[in-house]
Amino acid sequence: MPERPKKSDIKLPPEILDLLSGVEELELEDVDIEVGDLEVWFQPSALAAVPRVIAPKKIKPTSILEALFAPPVQKYPGEIVEVKLGATKSEGGSRGKPVIIGGEKSPAFYTFENPIPNPPVVSFDVFDSKVPLPKAVKMNFNDVLEDPVAWAKFSVKKFGADIITLHLVSIDPLNPKPSTPAEAAKTVEDVLQAVDVPLIVGGCGDPKKDLEVFEKVTEVAAGERLLISTVTLDMDIEKTAKLIKEHGHVALAFSPMDLNQARELNRRLFEFLPKEQIVMDTTTAALGYGLDYAYTIMERARLAGLMGDPELQQPMSSGTTNAWAAREAWQKMDPQWGARELRGPLWETVTALTLLLAGVDLFMMMHPAAVRTLQNTVKRLLEKRGMGDLRTIANWISAKF
Amino acid sequence: MTEREVKRAGIKKLSPIDVYMLLPKTNCKECGEENCIAFATKVVNREVSIDQCPPLLTKKYEKNYKQLSEMLRPAVRELSVGTGERMVTVGGKLVMYRHEFTYFNPTAIAIDVTDEMSDEEMLEIVKKTQEFNYTYIGNQLKLQMVAVRSTSNDPEKFKATVKKVAENTNLPLILCSFDPAILESGLMAISKDRPLIYAATKDNWRDVAELALMYNCPLVVSAPNDLTLLRSLVKTMKEYSIEDLALDPGTFPSEGLGDTVNNFTMIRRAACNMDDDLLGYPLIGTPIVAWTEPANSPTVSAWKEAQVASMLITRYADILIMHSTEGWALLPLTVLRQNIYTDPRKPVAVEAGLRTFGTPDENSPVLLTTNFALTYYTVAQDIESSDIDSYLLVVDSEGTAVDSGVAGRKMTAETVAEAVKESEIEKKVKHRKLIIPGKAARLSGEIEELSNWQVLVGPRDSSGIAKFLQEKWK
Repeated sequence: MPERPKKSDIKLPPEILDLLSGVEELELEDVDIEVGDLEVWFQPSALAAVPRVIAPKKIKPTSILEALFAPPVQKYPGEIVEVKLGATKSEGGSRGKPVIIGGEKSPAFYTFENPIPNPPVVSFDVFDSKVPLPKAVKMNFNDVLEDPVAWAKFSVKKFGADIITLHLVSIDPLNPKPSTPAEAAKTVEDVLQAVDVPLIVGGCGDPKKDLEVFEKVTEVAAGERLLISTVTLDMDIEKTAKLIKEHGHVALAFSPMDLNQARELNRRLFEFLPKEQIVMDTTTAALGYGLDYAYTIMERARLAGLMGDPELQQPMSSGTTNAWAAREAWQKMDPQWGARELRGPLWETVTALTLLLAGVDLFMMMHPAAVRTLQNTVKRLLEKRGMGDLRTIANWISAKF
Repeated sequence: MTEREVKRAGIKKLSPIDVYMLLPKTNCKECGEENCIAFATKVVNREVSIDQCPPLLTKKYEKNYKQLSEMLRPAVRELSVGTGERMVTVGGKLVMYRHEFTYFNPTAIAIDVTDEMSDEEMLEIVKKTQEFNYTYIGNQLKLQMVAVRSTSNDPEKFKATVKKVAENTNLPLILCSFDPAILESGLMAISKDRPLIYAATKDNWRDVAELALMYNCPLVVSAPNDLTLLRSLVKTMKEYSIEDLALDPGTFPSEGLGDTVNNFTMIRRAACNMDDDLLGYPLIGTPIVAWTEPANSPTVSAWKEAQVASMLITRYADILIMHSTEGWALLPLTVLRQNIYTDPRKPVAVEAGLRTFGTPDENSPVLLTTNFALTYYTVAQDIESSDIDSYLLVVDSEGTAVDSGVAGRKMTAETVAEAVKESEIEKKVKHRKLIIPGKAARLSGEIEELSNWQVLVGPRDSSGIAKFLQEKWK
């Protein structure tokens, strides 16, 4: 043991003695005292005159000094809007069970502060025509890739999808033979027949063609409370919003990683649509390919909404499948980076978990393992306090595995 | 500002003037800046340390130096583990949310070995940990530490293992045991190396505190899922004059994960936003606990471990102890860490404009990409490895990748046409053929209209550039 400084007597004011209850011995040595330490004894004006004083340095407690902890809770002037996707028969649609998202009164999973009213949900992606998919994803859907109806059914039956996103990529004018709005609407009808979960219908990203298709789709699926993906600033917003309102659907407002544009788009939609019919998507970039921006924009949006910004209080959706844009997710790499069949789905998982903690309410995903991990995580995060058994985590130091 | 208010000013409250007032104000330029106010601005932005002001280090300014140190002290203290070149510094966080400023000192990841492993196995893991490296946008992604666990409960065995590990790596170590006798024998093996001691608990705190003092080592205080106890232990350690602390609120990988995420979040909020001094220390997470749960295969455990680790990287962990050395598990985590710790004040972009590869001539291909740094470096690397002389036109997409740039109208036919014009590429090549990324295919028609160049749609991923050029560019 190192040599201890000599003990000496010192008179302490009573408040110091109170602070030291539980201390057995008091060891003192000459020390330079810091400004903070002196405040108990001296008025600040006395400081300059007393550059060095004798003060307690090493004080060895003999029992644990109690310091209480109170959860640092905060109040927020705003809250997130609740949005219902899908409508049952009695509500004018044909879905078995609608899904409600949003309604948060605190940042993501601050359950020490407020409960999470509606758990975040996952939608499985289904494409209406062939798209390039990574091998690790494809292998899970091999038999149904050619048929969106079978694909949707399979995702619900095999993987328990809460929602299906039907991407109408076949309508893209860049295709050699783009499908017509009527053809696309027929696919939507077929999928609605085949599964009874809420449906998200996605366009191809061409603002003009998407609107033409949405015109037809909103009509044939009137009352189903579809989520129409997406409405963007360069579309005819009035027309799109009115269609959505007239036929009882929900708009997915997409903005390109820019809070001002997200606000502007919501503001314009508010003119035609109730808040309960708008979800927002501020863009998802893949892990390693801009996830930091996506994460921070979402976190800022959520905090701003809670702090009272009325234009950022819509629940958030994420196109998490974008994680597969990262080449580390799908490429064969040097053996030290492991099999892409594991690396890929973990890439999607990490992208999703990160955005879950930023406040995303609705995930559009692809790989069943990533989806299951996210769903399990949400379940764990929503459990009441004290579910963990301390004995199970106490022995990791000496455990053999 | 009164002295009381200046104390530990939050990053949002601190202005360059506050710092300037305490500087010598002589504009001596010894720090390399034009004047004291310029220096103060950099200090506030944490670009330079006050130690770079030589006059401030003299006796005359002793008081100012102390005051400045206190003012600039981050809400979460910095903690250094190890010595010399591979010393790791963690903590030092000024804010809770990265957009409020930026995060400093990326999460250090430690991989474990035990004192019952064969030398061969142990050295293999140490080597893997030490040599782990992935190059990503010009950064080297690495692992930082080795955690040595005592599974034997035999002090001599532990001592021998710690010694052997230290001989074979210059990474700092974490010594893991709840038994003070075991910890002490480990410390004796590397008494000058300042390993991190894991951990002081409600049962062993007195003995472990003595060890931390005796060997001058940083110390983890551990109070699984009990923040009152954690705060109490910190208070106790501070009374013991131990300031180099890290906090372990426990890590539940399954049941209890919600508590764990809440605990990390509450601690960080208390430190950053509520001035809670006792919780203003770096946080340590132990995703390795996932391996103690029953699982059908190591893959499942490694997956679960990575899942927990990723959430704790996002939610404020400064150190993580992990078990898996699988590349598929560690790569996404080290990339996530890099993403979370980039400075959100600076867009990750390269300069737009025309680049040349090899020695292109008037018949060489002209390719197009965006100025998002990662996109640019990836494309540049692929063109280089294709060994084909070519031009690369980098469009200013405000630092977004091709797909999000197109979707978000940051890269449009207009910006492309303008970039073609501005680059004066028309004076350099005879042809008028522009190869655009596959993910920008939708812009083809419009680009042709606006630029009068013919568009060739290239591969969706730049790894296909070599093949594309060989087949399509003749």
